[in-house]
Amino acid sequence: MTIDLSTASALSLVPKAADPQSAKEFKTDQEVRWCPGCGDYAILAAVQSFLPELGVRRENIAFISGIGCSSRFPYYVDTYGMHSIHGRAPAIATGLSTTRPDLTVWVVTGDGDALSIGGNHFLHALRRNVNIKILLFNNRIYGLTKGQYSPTSEAGKVTKSTPMGSIDYPFNPISVALGAEASFVARTIDSDRKHMTEVLRAAAAHEGSALVEIYQNCNIFNDGAWESLKDVDVRDDNLIRIEHGQPVRFGTDGQKGVARREDGVLHIVDDVADCEGDCLWVHDAHAAEPSTAFALSRLADFDTLENTAIGIFRDVRRPVYDQLLEEQVERAAAKGRGDLASLIAGKDTWTVTD
Amino acid sequence: MGQKATLTSSGVPIGTRKARAVAKPVNQLEKVIIRFAGDSGDGMQLTGDRFTHETASFGNDLSTLPDFPAEIRAPAGTVHGVSAFQLQFADHAISTPGDAADVLVAMNPAALRSNLHHVRRGGHLIVNSDEFTPRAVAKVGYETDPLTDDSLESYVLHSVSLTTLTVEALKGFAITKKEAQRAKNMFALGLLSWLYSRGTEGTRDFLKAKFGRKPEILAANLAAFEAGWAYGETTEDFAVHYAVRPATMAPGVYRNITGNAALAYGLIAASELSGLPLFLGSYPITPASDILHELSRHKEFGVRTLQLEDEIAGIGAALGASYGGALAVTTTSGPGIALKSETIGLAVAVELPLLVINVQRGGPSTGLPTKTEQADLLQAMFGRNGESPVPIVAPQSGSDCFDAAIEAARIALTYRTPVFLLSDGYLANGSEPWRVPDVESLPDLHVEFATEPNHTLDDGTEVFWPFKRDPETLARPWAIPGTPGLEHRIGGIEKADGTGDISYDPDNHDLMVRTRQAKVDGIAATIPALDVDDPDGDAKVLVLGWGSTHGPISAACGIIRSEGGKVAQAHLRHLNPFPANTGDVLRAYDRVLIPEMNLGQLSMLLRATFLVDARGYNQVRGLPFQATELADQIRELL
Repeated sequence: MTIDLSTASALSLVPKAADPQSAKEFKTDQEVRWCPGCGDYAILAAVQSFLPELGVRRENIAFISGIGCSSRFPYYVDTYGMHSIHGRAPAIATGLSTTRPDLTVWVVTGDGDALSIGGNHFLHALRRNVNIKILLFNNRIYGLTKGQYSPTSEAGKVTKSTPMGSIDYPFNPISVALGAEASFVARTIDSDRKHMTEVLRAAAAHEGSALVEIYQNCNIFNDGAWESLKDVDVRDDNLIRIEHGQPVRFGTDGQKGVARREDGVLHIVDDVADCEGDCLWVHDAHAAEPSTAFALSRLADFDTLENTAIGIFRDVRRPVYDQLLEEQVERAAAKGRGDLASLIAGKDTWTVTD
Repeated sequence: MGQKATLTSSGVPIGTRKARAVAKPVNQLEKVIIRFAGDSGDGMQLTGDRFTHETASFGNDLSTLPDFPAEIRAPAGTVHGVSAFQLQFADHAISTPGDAADVLVAMNPAALRSNLHHVRRGGHLIVNSDEFTPRAVAKVGYETDPLTDDSLESYVLHSVSLTTLTVEALKGFAITKKEAQRAKNMFALGLLSWLYSRGTEGTRDFLKAKFGRKPEILAANLAAFEAGWAYGETTEDFAVHYAVRPATMAPGVYRNITGNAALAYGLIAASELSGLPLFLGSYPITPASDILHELSRHKEFGVRTLQLEDEIAGIGAALGASYGGALAVTTTSGPGIALKSETIGLAVAVELPLLVINVQRGGPSTGLPTKTEQADLLQAMFGRNGESPVPIVAPQSGSDCFDAAIEAARIALTYRTPVFLLSDGYLANGSEPWRVPDVESLPDLHVEFATEPNHTLDDGTEVFWPFKRDPETLARPWAIPGTPGLEHRIGGIEKADGTGDISYDPDNHDLMVRTRQAKVDGIAATIPALDVDDPDGDAKVLVLGWGSTHGPISAACGIIRSEGGKVAQAHLRHLNPFPANTGDVLRAYDRVLIPEMNLGQLSMLLRATFLVDARGYNQVRGLPFQATELADQIRELL
């Protein structure tokens, strides 16, 4: 079911475009400076093709990024944009979003930017449910600084800064976001344009903050990091495509599935034929309680990428920070707009005469 | 105490009470310095604050100094748990909370021990004798009871059983003994209000508002206050009481105000004057948090305050709001500035208006959170990577924080730049009377956003160049998201002059670095010349200060002049850039003294910039200068 963004209430305060737009209108005159073959190109093209679907005026879209290869993104999208400093994009976007309800604000970040130096802002933006959409390009490596391990790199990874192998335990960005009780959490892959576009659409339609993790290939410093999710020979065995309201099945012929034990733990069923009755877990992205979404995020093996779920883990409604703030401002003003002279005089004055 | 005349109490306004006892004589004074000291939980700040309000309403000029520890409730009865509040009030203009106190109210031995050196010889000590148990006395290191061992014979000692008297007075009230004891600060306030002929209505109204929902507590506090007053009237311990006539002040409507409140109001005023919504991104930190508290109460002006996850997010959100067209502010103290530095650099690079307010405190690191200092000037000047010039404005008094905030906003909005406003703990918490300005007299800060292309390409195409500058101010256009046709990207990477595209070109970087510096230097064209107060025009010595030292320096110059000495005084409000005539002023005097609550930061800047032999007088004791010691320094140079 394709979401129609023209009627999405999440975009109701953003002025609509007078005429249909094309992807071309969202391209800038700047030379794109990513390495040839970088996964970022595919994401850029997908986003530029998707933006016309928003149906909003181009000048009411803002892209805010941090530092890293992915954070060059705003230079290539012809909207308003800021390429800021390392890790701080969610904070800057929070200030922009909460003062400008007429904008749709998108954050572009990477695994180092969002989860290492900017971990705090990432968590708190999601916790507050600020009306920003975060696109997290995860390539499991520091690219712009030429190849150090990142907070999503697998344990044991040998890089320039870990010649004997990384001894860091990696973050799972989906688990982290769900831990912060993010109201929208999804994962997609750079090479699957159709899937990415569907996820972007759902993120745009979501009221409040949305995290979209995009598995992205760095062909220079971490080539093939997600290969077992892309290689046509093996990907169907590894990739679990979750869809709201559908039983969770995967595998070459859909012979595998995910079931829930009585104690609540999710597990893989290798042959759904062995599964009695309706034992397969039916994914509910709208469940108020995030535990099962979290359990879905934990199925993946971070080394082999087996049982990696993609799709929308969670999509729930909860109060949006921007709206709550706006309501307080309106409620205060409803009692009468402030008067500067009365404010500065206060209630306890005395008068000196000649 | 500068006695002038003896009157009877019938000639002095003491509120609406009728004298119960035989009226005691009233000594008229020119000025009084009172210091209240007690445990952090004794309510000394509240007591001082109430006395201040009555004094302000009466029309005295005044200046206050809250002096309290960082700990919320250090162990009771210990020296490090003592919280003090000093107040000077006078029948003439004054500029400091005074040096040595005429009266010390000490609620326990620790308060006496840690504050006695603040009292002049011959001053009055009003001491809660109930707390002077052998154990409490020994706890703070007294070998014998100071109330009885004659060690205080240079002072006029009033041993008052404040706790016992309060509890006695509150017998019959439906409150616990502990609650009764807690009202002893109101007893003390009542006694002091009688002693200095203060009004009582304001305090009554205040208590009614504070305890309106707890009628028993309200009645008890009012009764304790009354009992304190009555005690003064009847006890033989106080033979006279005192009055200080209202000061002669310029006509107008006055209020009492602290620096942090004035600063918050200045920000709201700047928002109203510019027509831009006010946005504050902040994180709690002493002594700046009260600005966040105050602004968060004023959403009726469209003010949005966000308490973020850390200092970095505070300024990040503010910069984001500025990008969106708000008047954006972040408030903090020195350690917070350290965390915000990278974002200040980004604001310099993207050239967006941003107010960065540093209410300075003692450093380095956590330092002295509740004590004042001026040691962040060089941090504001240079505390970023790269050539990163930021204008600096510093208020000179609590009430001046209002005007300084408006001036900082003017610079930020006109020049599209972050601006530092350097207040400090002394200005933040101290209070003084303020002649409330006429709103009509405030400057217009109206801003024009860019709405049209501003450049024509060779082929005739009209385009928007985000870094094409105003030829006069060198400010770049402020085009906010939502403006059709002006879509553009900004960022921390060096930008090409004009187009704003990413540029690594050597000559372009050299040009951009110099242009950003020239823009900030150019602000000097719009700031007033440095004004020198040199009454006879022939002084050889100039005392130059900045920020909160204005009060003590003025008082010190007053002392010198009253002795017939000649000294000139000037005070810098703009620290970057300096007023255009600063070098001329410095060179016009044989000797220049620069008192600072740091180790010579302004001195360093002035010596480096103007090659003058300016001398520093420096203290970093967490306290404002005393006028008498500054006067000693000046005298040495005469």
